[in-house]
Amino acid sequence: MSTIEIEAVDSQRVNWHSDEMKARRKSRYAAERRLKAYGMTAIIFALGFLAFLISSLVYTGHKAFTQTVATVSIDLSAAEIDRSNLMDANWRDIVRDALRAQVPDLTRRQERAYFDLFTSSAPFLVRDTVIKEPSRLDGTSSFTIPMSDRADQLAKGEISRDTPEDQRRISDEQIGMYDQLVSKGLISSPFNWGLFLNADSRFPELAGLAGAISGSFWSLLVCFAISFPIGIAAAIYLEEFAPKNRLTDLIEININNLAAVPSVVFGLLGLAVFLNGFGLPRSAPLVGGLVLSLMTLPTLIIVTRVSLKAVPSSIREAALGVGASKHEMIFHHVLALAMPTIMTGAIISLARALGETAPLLLIGMNAFITSPPDGIFAASTALPSQIYIWADSPERGFVSRTSAAILVLLGFLIVMNAIAIFLRQRFERRW
Amino acid sequence: MSGYLILFLAAMALIVSYFGVFRASRAATPAGAVRLKQHSRPIYHGLNAAIWTAVPAFIFLLLWLMFQNSVMNQLVIASFPGAEAMDAAAKSLQMSEIRQVAAGNLFRQPTPEVAAAAEHLRSLQSTSMYLMAALTCCIAAVGAFLGFKVISPRYRARHSVETAVTVFMMFSSLVAIIITVGIVGSLVFEALHFFARVPVTEFLFGLRWEPQIAIRADQVAGQGAFGVLPVLYGTFLISAIAMLVAVPTGILSAVYLTEYAHPGFRAVVKPMLEILAGVPTVVYGFFAVLTVAPAIRDLGNAVGIPSSPNSALATGLVMGVMIIPFISSLSDDAFAAVPRAMRDGSLALGATKGETIRKVLLPAALPGIIGGVLLALSRAVGETMIVVMAAGLIAKITANPFDAVTTVTVQIVTLLIGDSEFDNPKTLAAFALGLVLFVITLCLNLIALRTVRKYREKY
Repeated sequence: MSTIEIEAVDSQRVNWHSDEMKARRKSRYAAERRLKAYGMTAIIFALGFLAFLISSLVYTGHKAFTQTVATVSIDLSAAEIDRSNLMDANWRDIVRDALRAQVPDLTRRQERAYFDLFTSSAPFLVRDTVIKEPSRLDGTSSFTIPMSDRADQLAKGEISRDTPEDQRRISDEQIGMYDQLVSKGLISSPFNWGLFLNADSRFPELAGLAGAISGSFWSLLVCFAISFPIGIAAAIYLEEFAPKNRLTDLIEININNLAAVPSVVFGLLGLAVFLNGFGLPRSAPLVGGLVLSLMTLPTLIIVTRVSLKAVPSSIREAALGVGASKHEMIFHHVLALAMPTIMTGAIISLARALGETAPLLLIGMNAFITSPPDGIFAASTALPSQIYIWADSPERGFVSRTSAAILVLLGFLIVMNAIAIFLRQRFERRW
Repeated sequence: MSGYLILFLAAMALIVSYFGVFRASRAATPAGAVRLKQHSRPIYHGLNAAIWTAVPAFIFLLLWLMFQNSVMNQLVIASFPGAEAMDAAAKSLQMSEIRQVAAGNLFRQPTPEVAAAAEHLRSLQSTSMYLMAALTCCIAAVGAFLGFKVISPRYRARHSVETAVTVFMMFSSLVAIIITVGIVGSLVFEALHFFARVPVTEFLFGLRWEPQIAIRADQVAGQGAFGVLPVLYGTFLISAIAMLVAVPTGILSAVYLTEYAHPGFRAVVKPMLEILAGVPTVVYGFFAVLTVAPAIRDLGNAVGIPSSPNSALATGLVMGVMIIPFISSLSDDAFAAVPRAMRDGSLALGATKGETIRKVLLPAALPGIIGGVLLALSRAVGETMIVVMAAGLIAKITANPFDAVTTVTVQIVTLLIGDSEFDNPKTLAAFALGLVLFVITLCLNLIALRTVRKYREKY
């Protein structure tokens, strides 16, 4: 049979240099180039999207790292203040008098528009500064007062002066007053430390991430304290001790499936079991950390098993050979050698937990809370859920704050991943 | 309080282990006698004593913390006047009021009964706290005494430490099963409550999803309809758009990176693609709302298609980009698993690289790629933040991708955000949806894992 085929081919010998064959080759090479181009396009699309994402976040977010403030000097020695009861002094009038002095001769209506340029919490800020530094009561000292959202937007150029007056949130009159303040040299835009030191607020100019960052910190601490020991113990048992039977098969299937369960389902579990079942406090980092630890556990077990598997058997045999018990062999040698890889995996899964939002929404870590939590039982938000809250806020100032919060979150993620990569490159052994 | 107790236990365990080591090494060398042969090294005696001290007390503490609230609730509500006549929902409502009052959150002057119950609860709470602290300390002290007492040269401390460690490890590996049981149990339990109010058939085959029902009798609201089909439709529309973006991009980039790219290029580009998977989804959601959705809406309006500000297309597009790295890296693995010989054979016959890829590599890697695509699909279905922020809230069945649709995860989150009581169908509906989501993703994962595994055995 094969002889016949060969003969058939022979009978019509291919002329590779014919035009037909040239055209064929050309089209084949063209197809080759096309495939290559498609692949390149796909990569460019994906990376372009990433670049676009990051640059648009940086573009909208960088402005929130500065805050427009007015520096106003207030003479407190003349003001009527009961020094034994600073909390209840009439700070509102004191601040308003000081502000009035900067732009004189305003009608009552104009005055209201003028005060709208400053944050409405200015009296409380001045009060808190004075309580912290009572020496300011004895004379004139300067206070920095954050400008309100609209003035801040104007200063940063988010509100254009060219837009018709009825289409922007700041009137021509207010712009005029603002310009007077600028010409007096009272306006400046220093670095916005409030973004890191303040807790959440309804007013964009005062809102900060302190509560969210410490909430995330406590949650991750709980998550690490639970998932790290349990994850390693489970991995060691499954890898080194477990007999091969139905139960261990079931456990393995379970772990693989849990790693792919949608995060929102873990939130439902937390809501039904931790909040409703055990009556743990709502919005608490404790519950957030518990839910996150359930999520990171499967990944951590898988990573640990892989790194235990990578330790060569010669190490095990040598340890057993000099008389170590199985536990000693594992804990003194195998685990110690696998530890850098395990730590790398643990940090990466913690970074994932840090960015996780959906389960936190279901257990109430998206509440409006104006002070940082002081422990794992206090109500708080977390970084990603704070981003979600701000993204939902209608004030224009929150758009750039949201981007800034995202940049902060990405910054933390980059740091954690960098530590993981450093650990891997510094301590990981290749066998 | 419990935090301090845990710290106390840890400190006590440390001290006991120190003295345990001390005592064990003393026991091994009695003054003036020959050194005795010890079974375990002193450190094991110390560890053993520490385990005796801390572990039983810690377990007791955990159990106490887990059950104290429900026990106290039972006690308080049982002595509350008129409690016999209340059903479970009214009881839990009453209890939460009493709790609020006891915690000092007064919204209005409480009735004398509530105030008395709150006082009762407060006294129970303080009793419980002192009792807990005292009992934990007692157990720890007894444990320390026993653990200390057994120290002798003949005692096999290492064995008992190792047994304790093994038990802990066995328990830890059971946690995976406990979590699964917890998930399935809580979902099924709450979903059954839901199905007691809304028939299963209506839920599974209903074509309307309008969960905005009246919570109180005097509120004006719709009748409420709980048909899951439009929600599922929206989920799959958005996931399909996402897959349309992600599958070609992912596979083509994997082809380029594995077959064409210079190793240096690959070493740079592959981690950068992985970054796309590492960006938190809330970031994608914000980006979709801020940038992509307005652009898509303008595009739709320019073409003359009625467009919604939160279109399925924008959501799907962003979600697709998020999924690219999954498909890319799983296809990468699938290509890598194809034996070198098959590639060489094809090239030796004169096929170009591209022909080899299309005619040999792709068919051989197909099961692996399909597995990866299914895993990615399950991720898309379960993805929450992008859709919560960028997709719509109203469930409708529409073929127009510029229109807004809603998804299962969006509904779960919107139904459960804010304070929710466990006795109205709105809250329970979220658990029924959660069950649907869990079952769908579980099926997709199982099929995907099976496909991948089967394929792996082939070569």
